[in-house]
Amino acid sequence: MITVKTFAQIRELTGQAEHQVVFTNPINVDELISQLSADNELWAEALSGQVLVAVNQTLCDRSQVLHKGDEVAFFPPVTGG
Amino acid sequence: MFIAIQEADFCQAELYQQLRRSSRDAGAIVTFTGLVRDHNPHGKINGLSLEHYPGMTEKALSSLVTGAITQFELTDAAAVHRVGRLHNDEQIVWVGCAALHRRAAFEGAMYIMDMLKQSVPLWKKEFVGEQGHWVAPKASDDAAALAWLSNKKE
Repeated sequence: MITVKTFAQIRELTGQAEHQVVFTNPINVDELISQLSADNELWAEALSGQVLVAVNQTLCDRSQVLHKGDEVAFFPPVTGG
Repeated sequence: MFIAIQEADFCQAELYQQLRRSSRDAGAIVTFTGLVRDHNPHGKINGLSLEHYPGMTEKALSSLVTGAITQFELTDAAAVHRVGRLHNDEQIVWVGCAALHRRAAFEGAMYIMDMLKQSVPLWKKEFVGEQGHWVAPKASDDAAALAWLSNKKE
């Protein structure tokens, strides 16, 4: 199982700040996005735009392979300062 | 080096003294304070709220400040960013850089602010009345961050 977290617009669109995903075979971030989008049209919309990904609180690209216990975060480009 | 992500307001004088105490060899200290503007390109706003990613935000800001100390040979540096609901004219961010000479201190502060806008997970929502709108990243901010990254590679 992995934990998916969302922030800002993506959190509002999905209506879920945190979501648990169970998978049996190894998957990467891109495949996780495909699975979430296929399961729920709100997730499909939320993850269709410009989305940054962090795994275990480090930015990464969509080829990153996920492991049991990972924390995956989806969020829009940042706007602090 | 110190960083903080907090809801509470901060005192510039206290942060300056904290940085100065840890930078006794410094010949220059540059500080920057960002304030919440009362308008955006479309008109008046009624403050904003800031969301962050607890844990990652602190980690990213700490890494950014530590990297600036190394890159610009600073004697020390620090950054504080507020989150939660902020009203117009409130303080939102503070950066301080100490160095042997002023140029490094100025450049360090500029670097931290420019890169913060691209690498630290914080998101602003501006309010017009009670209606909130997420702020989109500015192309000029992306260009500023890219310029630092390009210089580093040379």
